[in-house]
Amino acid sequence: MILVGFAALALFAFTNHGGGVYKTNTGNVSFFSHTNVEDISAINHKVKTAFDASSGKIQFSVLVKDFEFAKALMQEHFNENYMESTKFPKATFNGMIENVEAIDFSTNGNYTANVMGELTIKGVTKEVSTTSTFKVNNGTVNGMTKFILNPEDYNIEIPKVVSNKISREIEITVDADYTHSH
Amino acid sequence: MMSRILFGFLICFLIHASYGQGLDLLDDDEPITNYTTATFKTNRVVNGHSIETVAKREFDFKISHRFGFLSGGAYELFGLDQATMRIGGDYGITDNLNIGLGRSTVDKTYDGFVKYKFLRQSSGAKEMPVSAVWMSHAGVSTLRFTQPERENLFSSRLHYVHQLLLARKFTEGLSVQLTPTLVHKNLVSADSLANDIFSLGVGIRQKLTTRTTLNFEYFYVLPDQLETNRTNVLSLGFDIETGGHVFQLFFTNSSGPFEKAFITDTNAKWLDGDVRFGFNIARIFNF
Repeated sequence: MILVGFAALALFAFTNHGGGVYKTNTGNVSFFSHTNVEDISAINHKVKTAFDASSGKIQFSVLVKDFEFAKALMQEHFNENYMESTKFPKATFNGMIENVEAIDFSTNGNYTANVMGELTIKGVTKEVSTTSTFKVNNGTVNGMTKFILNPEDYNIEIPKVVSNKISREIEITVDADYTHSH
Repeated sequence: MMSRILFGFLICFLIHASYGQGLDLLDDDEPITNYTTATFKTNRVVNGHSIETVAKREFDFKISHRFGFLSGGAYELFGLDQATMRIGGDYGITDNLNIGLGRSTVDKTYDGFVKYKFLRQSSGAKEMPVSAVWMSHAGVSTLRFTQPERENLFSSRLHYVHQLLLARKFTEGLSVQLTPTLVHKNLVSADSLANDIFSLGVGIRQKLTTRTTLNFEYFYVLPDQLETNRTNVLSLGFDIETGGHVFQLFFTNSSGPFEKAFITDTNAKWLDGDVRFGFNIARIFNF
């Protein structure tokens, strides 16, 4: 009897707690590198990302080849020389929205939350923590954040000849419109 | 019994692992098509075309030099006292359709070509083992006619080249290209010589570092088509890519920077030391 009670409780806990999963396959991740010699930017419009509104779990999967540059040659060199995207096709993030309970997904408004987790680029995993905004608008959620990373932390080698063209502080912008999936 | 318990453990472990580490919220297992890029560093292997094309609205400005024979010795500074050159460029109408123009000192030849990539090597959802390109080229020699007294036709100055380029990037480092080629000369110097010359080119590139490669290129001309002193062109070189530029430094037995010249007019032998140093410089401009 007690066992059945526990089972019912467990079931209840899984089915009726919080607001379910929000998803998109068309999130945007862009980066910007500024130096006195050259500004370099690229954007990826095909980012897969989802978060669980009850547990706060949030995840991203980014295909490196889908970053679009203004110059095709730059895109080729990005994949071929810097990211080795055949060997490391995806960058991923697996983390938590730390104070997810502070976001009311049923009420329109802007919420700030800290997102923390493991960012994996080129096979190197590092802890990343960033302040993010979540904008709730009639059931859809826009998530946005910016943070800085150093390419050399992720084994991305910058040869001496282009050393002054690529910043060691690359600004990453994440912007995704999530819709409720179940 | 034991194995059944182990199996159970294994299943539990696998389920646990997929929950603990994977991106379980995402449908991340859909197969995607992965198109192969950068089979070669640039759109020439050494002398001949590679399957690479310049991107839409990009102009690849090319300067090609071939010096004299190394066998010229110190007196000729190992060939550097003489040079033949081509100046020209490739332009991307689309990512897959390129046109090009050039002018060579060899026979004062102007050339133009059209190059179209109709297959792209890919893996994943769509499997395609090779990339394939069609290249058609026309050249016009503007040398003065050697016998001005006879009736000379403009059409005698023309030659045409058609090539099918098939390439596969086997690994990140190794790419191989096969290039069946037809050269058509409107005018040849004797009845016994063919106007249509068939040959097969082989190009191999091996990466040495991410930015440098070793390239090999050979064109085999089927027998009994050319003058008896003709030899097949063999070239060995390096590509050095520095961002916007690709430098190709090579040794070859041909002086010709266009197909008709290096496939059908080469008469030097590597074994006699009749090898030339040469380079191509490619610089990409965006419009």
